[in-house]
Amino acid sequence: MIQKLVAYALVFLLLGSVFNTHLAAQENGDVILATTTSVQDTGLLDVLIDAFQKKTGLTVKAIAVGTGQALQMGRLGEADILWVHSPTDEKQFVEEGYGINRTTFMHNDFVILGPKTDPAKVMGMENAAEVFKKISSLKTLFVSRGDNSGTHKKEKIIWKDAGVSPDKNAYIEAGQGMAQTVAVANEKQGYVLADRSTYLSLKKTIDLVIVSEGDQVLINSYSLILVNPDKFPKVNADGAKALFNYLLSRDSKEIIENFGKEKFSQQLFFWDLKDNQ
Amino acid sequence: MNFILEGFRKGVILLFGLDSGVLAVLKLSLYISILATFIAVCIGVPLGSIIAIKRFPLKKIIIALINTGMGLPPVVVGLFAVLFLSRNGPLGFLQWLYTPKGMVLAQVIIATPIITGLSLAAVQSVDQRFYQQILALGATTRQSIWVLLKEIRLSVLAAVIAGFGSIISEVGAVMMVGGNIKGQTRVLTTATVLEAHMGNFDIAIALGLILLTMSFIVNLALTFIQQSKDRQK
Repeated sequence: MIQKLVAYALVFLLLGSVFNTHLAAQENGDVILATTTSVQDTGLLDVLIDAFQKKTGLTVKAIAVGTGQALQMGRLGEADILWVHSPTDEKQFVEEGYGINRTTFMHNDFVILGPKTDPAKVMGMENAAEVFKKISSLKTLFVSRGDNSGTHKKEKIIWKDAGVSPDKNAYIEAGQGMAQTVAVANEKQGYVLADRSTYLSLKKTIDLVIVSEGDQVLINSYSLILVNPDKFPKVNADGAKALFNYLLSRDSKEIIENFGKEKFSQQLFFWDLKDNQ
Repeated sequence: MNFILEGFRKGVILLFGLDSGVLAVLKLSLYISILATFIAVCIGVPLGSIIAIKRFPLKKIIIALINTGMGLPPVVVGLFAVLFLSRNGPLGFLQWLYTPKGMVLAQVIIATPIITGLSLAAVQSVDQRFYQQILALGATTRQSIWVLLKEIRLSVLAAVIAGFGSIISEVGAVMMVGGNIKGQTRVLTTATVLEAHMGNFDIAIALGLILLTMSFIVNLALTFIQQSKDRQK
């Protein structure tokens, strides 16, 4: 009997504490932002979206996927605004009429990570294409995202610049996000292209080190694009525009430039827009 | 090795000093799993019982389909739920994508076959003559199913527990349908994935511990119900 009472009491407590909270949440004027995992994994996305929601009262649904998928969501009219990093694809996206007002507003950079033993002997080389060439010719292991993300696209550009293709037996496509891809490279002691912020957040748990950085090609530019409301009438054009304006504002600039200073004691993202607002 | 121990230490601290962010995630996880289990039970138990009792053509095929459904890959459910619920999809007008409602829908689809299949097997395990006898005593179909279910409540509750377990631990479908949005659709499993991505293994371990603790409490309650009723027989 007591057992029975305890059981029912537990069930009711659980139900009571939970059911009154979430039914009320309704959605209509929500803005759907399709963005990339690198922005979310650093924690920058949450900070900016929280600030925007607090300021405007609008609700943002920020969906973090790869740049390839984000652009696809834009092509289908499933997102209102995109925050992506693959300039060539972005330009094509706008030319095809899916997007408007493309604005490049910030950047961070990629680094090439490798094992401390440096089997490809590339430590300290600045030219990324040369690094890739040596990795290919010495058949040392390279781990790729392999997921059509902005980082994967950048990797393909560097292979193209290098004029070689990676050795098939020494090339792994992880098919996962940045952090797991770095983890795979760490376990297998291979080389990997990663954005600096992911590297910094994983630094304490991996043995890989930066073997190359600073090349112009390793700059990673982020842009905002509004999904063209003329093409997709269901797009929340007003909400998207409000978020667009906020992300390009001085408030946003301040958040972005100060982000990461406390946790990683260095700036992660750099503002690219001329101050004119 | 050290960072695993450190993770556990921080995990225990986080577990007992529940901050508001973790609490919101915990509440949403509970809300979605309990509501989805409840709906799946309402569909699955009667459906399983009726299929078990009634004779109709293609019965074996139907049962095979349900058994297949018990192993439905959550990411496939998630994919189709996203396609159907998306703005331009057939159910886009509901505006359920990236909301808790959409997540409940996906979870119901995952759990219903499990609960249906296990209830079906439970009802079938009862001697057919028992059912015939109830009917002979003048019970309607509905009444006789009720009597049967009471007789086998141990197995039926096991079906509920299995359904709940599959839902609370699920990550693929809720990630796709919910979008892991902070404060809106982030649940314990997707938060754990995100924290691991961010390299915050201590928080990921903490969330894992919270998930296990919560799952244990719910299962404890269900087990109490299951075992206490049995003892009165």
